[in-house]
Amino acid sequence: MSPTLVILLVGSCVATSCALVGSFLVLRKMALLGDAISHAVLPGIAIAFLMTGQRSALPMVLGAGAVGVVTVMLVELFNRSRRLHEDASIGVVFPALFSFGVILISRYAAQVDLDLDCVLYGEIAYAPWDTLTLFGSDLGPKALWVNGAVLLVNLLFVILLYKELKLSTFDAGLAATLGFPPLLLHYLLMSAVSITVVGAFESVGAILVVAMLVVPPATAYLLTERLEAMLAIAVGTGIASAVLGYLMARALDVSIAGAMATVAGLLFVAALLLSPGHGLLARLFQLRKMGSRLSGQLLLLHLRKEGEAVTTAMLERRFGWTGRRLHRVASRLLRDRLVEKEGDGLRLTARGAEILETTGRAQLAHKLT
Amino acid sequence: MILELSFTARNVLIGATLLGALGGTLGSFALLRRQSLLGDALAHAALPGVCLAYLVTGAKSPLPLFTGALLAGLLGAMLILATVRWSRIKEDSAIGIVLSVFFGIGIVLLTYIQKLPAGNQSGLDKFLFGQAATLVTEDLQVMAALGAVVVLFIALFYKEFKLLSFDPAFGSSLGLPMRRLEILLTLLLVVVVVVGLQTVGVVLIVATLITPAAAARQWTDRLGAMVLLSAAIGAAAGVAGSLASASVPKLPTGPVIVLVSSCVLIVSLLLAPSRGILWARLREKQVAERIRGENLLKDLYLQGERTESWDKPLTWPYLMGIRGQSSRDLARSARPLLGRGLAERTDDALRLTADGRAKGQQLVRKHRIWEVYLSRRLELPSDHVHRDAEAMEHTLSEAAVSDLEQALGFPKVDPHGSPIPPRRVDPLRTSA
Repeated sequence: MSPTLVILLVGSCVATSCALVGSFLVLRKMALLGDAISHAVLPGIAIAFLMTGQRSALPMVLGAGAVGVVTVMLVELFNRSRRLHEDASIGVVFPALFSFGVILISRYAAQVDLDLDCVLYGEIAYAPWDTLTLFGSDLGPKALWVNGAVLLVNLLFVILLYKELKLSTFDAGLAATLGFPPLLLHYLLMSAVSITVVGAFESVGAILVVAMLVVPPATAYLLTERLEAMLAIAVGTGIASAVLGYLMARALDVSIAGAMATVAGLLFVAALLLSPGHGLLARLFQLRKMGSRLSGQLLLLHLRKEGEAVTTAMLERRFGWTGRRLHRVASRLLRDRLVEKEGDGLRLTARGAEILETTGRAQLAHKLT
Repeated sequence: MILELSFTARNVLIGATLLGALGGTLGSFALLRRQSLLGDALAHAALPGVCLAYLVTGAKSPLPLFTGALLAGLLGAMLILATVRWSRIKEDSAIGIVLSVFFGIGIVLLTYIQKLPAGNQSGLDKFLFGQAATLVTEDLQVMAALGAVVVLFIALFYKEFKLLSFDPAFGSSLGLPMRRLEILLTLLLVVVVVVGLQTVGVVLIVATLITPAAAARQWTDRLGAMVLLSAAIGAAAGVAGSLASASVPKLPTGPVIVLVSSCVLIVSLLLAPSRGILWARLREKQVAERIRGENLLKDLYLQGERTESWDKPLTWPYLMGIRGQSSRDLARSARPLLGRGLAERTDDALRLTADGRAKGQQLVRKHRIWEVYLSRRLELPSDHVHRDAEAMEHTLSEAAVSDLEQALGFPKVDPHGSPIPPRRVDPLRTSA
């Protein structure tokens, strides 16, 4: 396998796993629990390393997975005590666990290749050369095996528990009355997040795994109202971020993981601006359209109340509009022949009066005038 | 001890203490405004600012890098506020997005700088990943100056920030520019975050803000006291962390600071006078104990009322049978009664004393008057009132019961036909 292919495959596996569980995190407003877990798993990795004395994948995944669940339990514990709000609980738990991990590593494991830079921003570029050997035979890149397995677990998790996840995400109360235990699902989801984070840890790093967990699902959230579509779009944008990010990193000779996060961010900004339903431009357009429609109605009502032509200077003064704005509003009404020009003023046409009656705005007119 | 510290260790000590105090101060406001994790996002968002500042000025002196980090952090904060305000993206996602994407861009820039012919980014990543040992005197001067500015602003706008933390709507109704105040407070937060980056690093900065504040919150309900205490805890953790890492080899400063303040937090959560979890548990236990004792007292009283003989001791097995209690539970219930002289034990039996009888009578009185109230005023059927009265008899005060009794017209019997005892036992009749 060529190194490029390995990197692209690992990146896509990570992106897909993260998008699958990240979508539920975003919908449940728990995006920052993913952030917390991604940092807090460090002591789990360190303990697994210190106990086994080697960087083998399975103990690290198990150790980190366990600490991930412990993180969630601690956050819940602080939350339940009602002495701290949820955000504060997250904010005190993960730095403490991370600190513990850093101290473990710098006291006892400083000589090994578990350095903090790698933990923080990962290095996917090494993935093709760190291969897995079993009984003396080369099985290919380790990162691919690990992340492939994580992806498989996540796929099974989401497919088998799809109905339960969907219900407990959108209506936890109903899910509980129907007998799905929300807390169990919560912990299952958090376990899935934990192993996803650990798998992705070495390739994209603790902080950039947050980019993969949160950004593509948030992008998808802007583009659709359906959970199935959201998952599909999140996976799609995740893979696109990985592939385009890799190409960008190659072209500029910069960090691959950083470039992937940057591309994910760009895709998010594009969706934020351009999404047909929830984009800022669409909203702005909608607001303007509503505004101009309202202005037209106000003008028509005013002219009807006056019953005669009103000069544009007078209209500008009464509405506090600029000449340009009045021109814009009036020209549309003139085009539709709802008003007509008379001297330097405007007056309502018979058609305009009829429109006002028939569109049921008459009642509104009484209230407005 | 301090005199023996090396020059570097002294710098670390000063820097960590300064940062602890500043972080604790600003963290109090962030905690109360439920923006604990905003600091985390700001710290990550500062990275591209640092890199761009280096690319533009080509210098690694603190001031331009601080400025770059400051601007990038502020931009990140504004983007979070704007995204939440103008789109359907929720705050947690917005924080996660800004945090990770800004950091990703920062790493791209960092690796780009590394590849430049003249580039040497070694100083830059120290700026972010927390190498307290690299603090130089110039850094401390910048930290102290910025810190003084932050404290000055907090002092000037203390009243306004208090309002912003507790009731921003009321603030706007007073005509205060709450949005601008919010931006100012966020700006101060960014300043502290940027000051802290070099000492504890991007990941742990959130703990220097939130952990001391969360600990201080447990001890007081007053903002002024909380801010001062939080600053003190932060500073103490800074001193402890820097001294520990100076005296023990291979012990990084930032993580020790965080662990020290985390320990203070745990102690505060457990032991703080009124909010402490331990005291709350203890109170719960005491209440449970009292209810258990009162229930036994009532059992003894009711049996006496039924047989009209108060002198006959009730046997242990009989009393266990009433509530299906184990012998040990019954002994626990009896202990407070025996201790306060409300009951006396003879062999394997209990008997009420005169005091115990009076006390039991008052409990039964509360129970029955409450039953009357429920059935007359709330018109509950008489078979629905007992369970509620079982709970209320332990909480109603004597005064409330007397008021109820008066309001109900001094009823003689409860809805089940049992007599309601008078307010106090006639002293002449208790001698029997």
